[in-house]
Amino acid sequence: MSIFPADVANSNATPVTDPIIRQQVEDLLIDYVHAVDDFELDRWPNFFTEDGIYQIIPRESYDQNLPLGILFCDGRGMMVDRILALETANIFEPHTNSHITGRPKLSQNDDDTINARSNFNITRTMQDGRMEIYATGKYIDVITLAGDKPLFQDRRVVLESRRVDILLVYPL
Amino acid sequence: MVLADASELSEPFSWPGSGVTRVPFRLFSDPEIYALEQQRIFRGRVWNYLCLEIDIPNPGDFKTTFIGETPIVVIRDENGDINALVNRCAHKGALVCLQERGNKAKNGMTCVYHSWTYDLRGQLKGIAFRNGIKGKGGMPDDFDPAKHRMQRINVEIYCGLVFGSFADDMPSMEDYLGEKLSWMVKRNFDRPLKPLGVHSQIIHNNWKLYAENVRDSYHATLLHTFYVTFKVNRMDMDGGIVMGDDKWHHISYAKRHELDETDEYDKAGVHAAQYESKLSGPELLKAWDEFPDGITHCIQTVFPNLTFHYTLNSLCVRFFVPRGVDETELFWIYLGYEDDTEEQTRMRVVQGNLTGTAGLVSLEDGCINEFVQRGTHMSADKEAFLEMGGRDAESSGNSRATEAAIRGFWEGYCGIMGFR
Repeated sequence: MSIFPADVANSNATPVTDPIIRQQVEDLLIDYVHAVDDFELDRWPNFFTEDGIYQIIPRESYDQNLPLGILFCDGRGMMVDRILALETANIFEPHTNSHITGRPKLSQNDDDTINARSNFNITRTMQDGRMEIYATGKYIDVITLAGDKPLFQDRRVVLESRRVDILLVYPL
Repeated sequence: MVLADASELSEPFSWPGSGVTRVPFRLFSDPEIYALEQQRIFRGRVWNYLCLEIDIPNPGDFKTTFIGETPIVVIRDENGDINALVNRCAHKGALVCLQERGNKAKNGMTCVYHSWTYDLRGQLKGIAFRNGIKGKGGMPDDFDPAKHRMQRINVEIYCGLVFGSFADDMPSMEDYLGEKLSWMVKRNFDRPLKPLGVHSQIIHNNWKLYAENVRDSYHATLLHTFYVTFKVNRMDMDGGIVMGDDKWHHISYAKRHELDETDEYDKAGVHAAQYESKLSGPELLKAWDEFPDGITHCIQTVFPNLTFHYTLNSLCVRFFVPRGVDETELFWIYLGYEDDTEEQTRMRVVQGNLTGTAGLVSLEDGCINEFVQRGTHMSADKEAFLEMGGRDAESSGNSRATEAAIRGFWEGYCGIMGFR
């Protein structure tokens, strides 16, 4: 898979008119953020296809088409490693994330994959109770409906700010 | 707060008699010492990292940055020369360039407050209403634009990196680094560079705690357990520390062992095969032999607030900017080379996962220095104990169990701060 995001804006995508497809996609988007917020992190790689892409990248780099962001996983293997690392190797101060996401804009590609763009806002709460906006931005997704359930083929998490407070350890 | 020298601190400061094996915690939280550092170090006799030459390739291109907390604009003029200026209008002192990047080739730089306009070298060209309006007001007759300009900073371009200094009698970068260290900068940067991406992180600690952290080879495998957890069998554990003559800067490196040249190894020069691991996504460590010296991991520091890393093939400028006595912004500026193949770029991008604000190997550095800040901020009269690897600050063949490079930093720091 390419290290660069799919060029969703220039594709020949058509609007999604089937309400069932919209429902399926919205369920995926919501299920995903609840899983990561609720520390069901073992489920995280399974939201993606086997060779799915996940990237967190600042808007500045995304807009300039620069390939290197903050985190990049190519395939479930790298995602599994991420989760195992944060659960067993990485050291950080305990905190929780809470996502608020907006309604997605959808379009359908010739190969029946769905493009979805939605906004998010993530509040981080530290163990001492300190709460702040940790990240805000947009998800740029390509979702496949080919299997039993919809899966992310490509999920780019585009952060408005290139500046992250302290560190980034949980998937967003 | 501007302080002339250490004797003007409201509470006198002198270094403990036992030298740089002890570091008073006061240095990390005293706002007066922080203010003195701005003057003695950042505005003093050092070379400060400003930007990359490729950040401003064309005439008129500018990039804003900081020397310590002082706002700076770096701008390329019509002749192709790079100028560094304090980003401050000669009139009222407002910022002149407001964007982080842009181009001023067309009209020069204009302060938005009262339209004072400067050329690309920072010389004042004109001001609004100089002759008043309808004969009233205006500047006095003896006003001379030639006598006003944005404050100029000395510049040296070294291996595609732009450095600046408030001092006008600095040695060249080559001499500043010394030949024991300059070769590694040339190795990594002295060819056309390609930007791959930039991000930054806020770390809630004094800038010197990060300067220590990047010189601290003792903590590497103790705090950062990624390699151990994933049983990454690194074949590159030969290494050492090279200190510069004045101890300000250093290199810490690891080398791959000499291996028998197997067919596979010959074929691509890709040495993922050298890393056995429990990784589900082993592509993470896919790398190729880029330099004949066999150095696969290298951290290089340049006093006061610059670090380079070259790990596997990941090349990065780490620039940490003080944002207050207990806050620092750490920039991760990832680079490749212009002639990289697509596959090489891809390997550099994937290896980017090891470092940065979400770095699998190093993300702990985002919080560990804050833990020191929080642990020490009410203990100004206590001190850190740094005797691992001896009491000196000499080069060493043992890259792990030593704090020599940290002691070196403090030797340099004491000297420039006048704390000896």
